[in-house]
Amino acid sequence: MLDLRLPIGILFVIFGVLLIGYGFFVPTQTQIGQSSVDLNICWGAVMGLFGLVMTMLAVCQKKTEAS
Amino acid sequence: MQSEFHVNLLDYGIIAIYFVFVLAIGYALKKNMVSSEDFFLSGRKIPSWITGLAFISANLGAIEVMGMAANGAQYGLMTAHMYWVGAIPAMVFLAIFMMPFYYGSRIRSVPEYLKLRFNEPTRAFNAISFAVMTVLMSGINMYAMALVFKLLLNWSMDASILVSAAVVLTYTILGGLTSSIYNEVLQFFLVLFGLLPLPIIGLANIGGWNNLVEKLPPGFGHLWANTATAANPMGIDWLGIVSGLGFVLSFGYWCTDFLVIQRAFAAKDLNAAQRTPLIAAFPKILFPALTVLPGMLALALIPALGSNDTNYSYNMAMPLLLAKYYPSGMLGIGLTAMLASFMSGMAGNITAFNTVWTYDIYQSYIAPNRSDKHYLWVGRIATACGIIVSIGAAYLVMNYQSIMDYMQMIFSFFNAPLFATFLLGMFWRKATPWAAFWGLVCGTLAACVHQVLCSQGTLIYQSAMAGNFWRATTAWVVCFVITIVLSYFTKPKDESELHGLVWGLSGQAFAKAAVWYKNPVILAIIVLVLTCICNVIFW
Repeated sequence: MLDLRLPIGILFVIFGVLLIGYGFFVPTQTQIGQSSVDLNICWGAVMGLFGLVMTMLAVCQKKTEAS
Repeated sequence: MQSEFHVNLLDYGIIAIYFVFVLAIGYALKKNMVSSEDFFLSGRKIPSWITGLAFISANLGAIEVMGMAANGAQYGLMTAHMYWVGAIPAMVFLAIFMMPFYYGSRIRSVPEYLKLRFNEPTRAFNAISFAVMTVLMSGINMYAMALVFKLLLNWSMDASILVSAAVVLTYTILGGLTSSIYNEVLQFFLVLFGLLPLPIIGLANIGGWNNLVEKLPPGFGHLWANTATAANPMGIDWLGIVSGLGFVLSFGYWCTDFLVIQRAFAAKDLNAAQRTPLIAAFPKILFPALTVLPGMLALALIPALGSNDTNYSYNMAMPLLLAKYYPSGMLGIGLTAMLASFMSGMAGNITAFNTVWTYDIYQSYIAPNRSDKHYLWVGRIATACGIIVSIGAAYLVMNYQSIMDYMQMIFSFFNAPLFATFLLGMFWRKATPWAAFWGLVCGTLAACVHQVLCSQGTLIYQSAMAGNFWRATTAWVVCFVITIVLSYFTKPKDESELHGLVWGLSGQAFAKAAVWYKNPVILAIIVLVLTCICNVIFW
């Protein structure tokens, strides 16, 4: 059966890359308390990282099963 | 309204990519759908972390995301009672005390338990009322989604309803319950990541929790402090909260509604099935931060919220906050999160409907003794029919001013009396089949009578929510008392027929676990302690 972590990981990596890429081309600052941040870049990085972890877990599991 | 939203090609692209993934998961799972058990129960082989997150996500529909934010803006922190009183204790009770009967008896649906414990008429009454309830609830999700997308993206209501229905139909018909469960887990993470920045940004901008409470009406920052009387934002005292929400509505929903319990049926063993609601309980404890808090923030940050303008109704608290803080890109993620929550709510109802229809109505009364392939085919047809009826229900919901009123009315009719039936059925061996049937019927009728008296103005409550809580309590008490009284005058089942179905006659034991963090009792204690801490902190 399909390892669910794989599609979740790939989707979040895609979303993360899209947000970071868009953030670099069209910078938009969001005020958060006293500072301002580019939400697309920051949250895109968080989502991309989560996606990478999920993808790696799925790939490692597959390699373990294969060996 | 339109000018507040700057949705661009990237936002639409994100939504389109999400649709592609949802459909691809359904397609990838199609080859695994060989038997009816694969389609309706996922072959009972899904790991508990997946069933646990699906359990919570099936409930993470329009009501949770839009409705709880709306209530957060309308009633303040008291809305968190829906979680810390109205969900967690019932989820723990389901896991520890009821799951051994549900999973251990190898039933395929909740109504099937009623057949084994009581009789066919009780099962038929529950199966039919549940089938009606699920399509009505599915309609709520369709309607809510259409409403949001009409207001945010200017999509027509008809187009929104049809597009969402087509996507859910495709992936559910291809991959059955497994597809629904897998997509619910995906949707859980999307909702989490899509909405989490909102409370963080909102709280930082308003200067923290204490500043937020100062900007809100009196009593909006407390759970219990003002509940000695009904003079609080929700208009209900502690007794109404504990009995109506904390006991009847909560236990009625979480312990008997097949929509959520079906996710635990897909687990690979009893231990995993018991852990399913407990795993779900951990994120559930934290969900008020994702749903109620944004509603409270919206009230403080958006002055027009709650005015007579429909674009600024309480239901729009969450979308308005999205529009306020999210730039293009993140807005696409936020909209996808809302879309995901609506679709998971819809798909959850549809998969529960097709199972109950196929096993408890079609196989039992219309066409018994057919081949397994035939029932698999019927399940797929039922999925399509359920969605078509849900579309009709979506248009029905449009006649109601509040989604929450509509939903609570449905729950008080069907779930509240049913919990009395299950409680007596599982824990009192003298409860008889016909007493259960008439108790259930009379409890449902009592809810109807209560509703009529409320709508005529004979019974008056301080809020619609208070009316819902007391209607549920009335229905439960009527069902409970009538079942007990009639049990003394009707013939009980022989005890030999009740093994595995009634507490004390079952030999049911707590599921054994190899390690402490897989022990349901230890997990339950941790969940309850954390819930108590939340109640004390926000007293």
